[in-house]
Amino acid sequence: MKKDLLSIDDLTRDEIHLVLDTAEAMREIGQRPIKKVPTLRGKTIVNLFYEPSTRTRTSFEIAEKRLSADTLNIAVATSSVLKGETLADTAMNIEAMAPDMIVLRHASSGAGHLLSRICRSRIINAGDGMHEHPTQALLDAFTIREHKKRIDGLKVAIVGDLLHSRVLRSNVLLLTKLGADVWVCGPPTFVPSGIERFGVRVSPRVDEAADGADVIMMLRIQQERMQGAFIPSLREYFTTFGMTRERVARAKPDVIIMHPGPMNRGVEIASDVADGPYSVILEQVSNGVAVRMAVLYLLAGGAEAD
Amino acid sequence: MPVVLDATRISRSLARIAHEILERNHAVDELALIGIRTRGVPLARRLARAIHDINGHDVPTGALDITLYRDDLMRHAVGAQPVIRKTEIPFSIDDKRILLVDDVLYTGRTIRAALDALIEFGRPKTIQLIVLVDRGHRELPIKADYVGKNVPTSLSESVQVRLTEIDGRDEVEIQES
Repeated sequence: MKKDLLSIDDLTRDEIHLVLDTAEAMREIGQRPIKKVPTLRGKTIVNLFYEPSTRTRTSFEIAEKRLSADTLNIAVATSSVLKGETLADTAMNIEAMAPDMIVLRHASSGAGHLLSRICRSRIINAGDGMHEHPTQALLDAFTIREHKKRIDGLKVAIVGDLLHSRVLRSNVLLLTKLGADVWVCGPPTFVPSGIERFGVRVSPRVDEAADGADVIMMLRIQQERMQGAFIPSLREYFTTFGMTRERVARAKPDVIIMHPGPMNRGVEIASDVADGPYSVILEQVSNGVAVRMAVLYLLAGGAEAD
Repeated sequence: MPVVLDATRISRSLARIAHEILERNHAVDELALIGIRTRGVPLARRLARAIHDINGHDVPTGALDITLYRDDLMRHAVGAQPVIRKTEIPFSIDDKRILLVDDVLYTGRTIRAALDALIEFGRPKTIQLIVLVDRGHRELPIKADYVGKNVPTSLSESVQVRLTEIDGRDEVEIQES
C-alpha cells in the first residue's frame, strides 16, 4: 500500500481485494461482546472535517476506537479555521503534534493531495470536493461482493447527480478496475464531459440503465454544491430519473439498491424503494465501519516504498 | 532435512492427546476446542473427530486469528501488514473448558496473544494448551498441557508442520533456515 489513501488510483486490484478480505475479518470484531482489539494502541488519529458529516465521521471514529487508536475530531465550526487559518497552516500545526494519521474531509478537490505533500502523517481522504471518496467506494464494493460474490461482469447502474459526486468518481475507478460493466445515467447537465473515457457507458434514460442491472446505485442531488440551474425542479427530476418500484422491476430479480446517503426521499429515490426489500442502504453503513478498520490497519503498517 | 513426525506418528499423537483430554476432563459437556490460525484449526477439527470416535461426544470447535493481538505488529515501520483472517467462535466460551490448539510452541508469544484475544470473548473456566510440537526457546512463562512431541531445536532451525488439509500431506520437518 502507498503511504496515503487519496484516490482509488492509489490501489491496485490486488490491494482492493486485500482491503475487502481484511474488512471481512474486521466485521467479526463488531459482533463480539467486547468490540475492540488492541492493534492501533498508542496511535493518534486526527479526524479533520471541513464539511458537515454524520455517517463518514462517525464511521471513521468507531473504526478507530475499535482498533484502540486515540482519536480526536476537529470540526471546523469550533476551530481556528474560522479565524482565517489556511488548510496548509492548520495541517502543519496538527502535524507538529505528531499524529500518525489524518482523516480529511474538505470541500476542495485535491485537499488531501496538498496535505500529503506537506505531512508525514498518513492521509486518508474522507471526501474532497467533487473529486473522490475512496472509502465509500470500498464499502460499496464490499457490499456488492457480499451479495453477488463477485464484481467482475456485473452490470452496475449509477444514477443521479454525476457531476458533483465524488462517490461516482471513486466508484467508477474501482468498479471498472474490478471488471464491472458500469453504466452512468443522469440529465445531460449532470453528465461530466469525457466520462466515457473512464470505461463507462452513458445513458440519458434511466430505464435503459436499470434494464437487467445487478446493482443500482443512486446518487444524491447535491443542492449545496450547485451553482446555477441544473434541473427544472425536484419534482420533475423525480419523474424522469427518480428510482421507483416500476423502474426497479426492469432490473434483475435479485438487484440490490444502494445509496451513499444522505438520501433525498422523493427526489432521487422513492421512499418505498429506499425501505424496500432490495435496499442495502443500511448494510452499506454497517459495512463502512469494517472497511475503514481494514484501511486504517493496512495503512498503519507502513508503505512498501515510502 | 529430518522429518521428525510422519503421517502415522502425527495421527497417533493426536489420538493419544484425545485420550489424555478425556482423562483429565470429566465434564465433557464443558469442553470446546479452539484452533489458532492457520494450522491449529485443522488440528482442532481432528481432535474433535478423535474425541467423537472415543465417546461419541461432539466438542464444539472454533478458529482464532491472533494477528490483531500480536506484540510485534506495529514495530516494523516499513513493510506490509500481515493478512488478517476471520475469527470464528460460534459458541459462548463463558464457563467452558477451552482447549487451545496450535501446531508449534516456540517463543510463547502467539499463545500470549491468543489468551488476550480469548479473554475478550468471555470468561472460560479454564484454558488448556495443546501443541503438536514443542520446540523450546520460550520467551514468556507459558507451558503446554498436551504435547504431541518435544523436538529440541537450535535457534537457526525452523520447524515446518504440513497438514493434509492445507499442504496436501502430513509431516513435521526441521529445516536449517
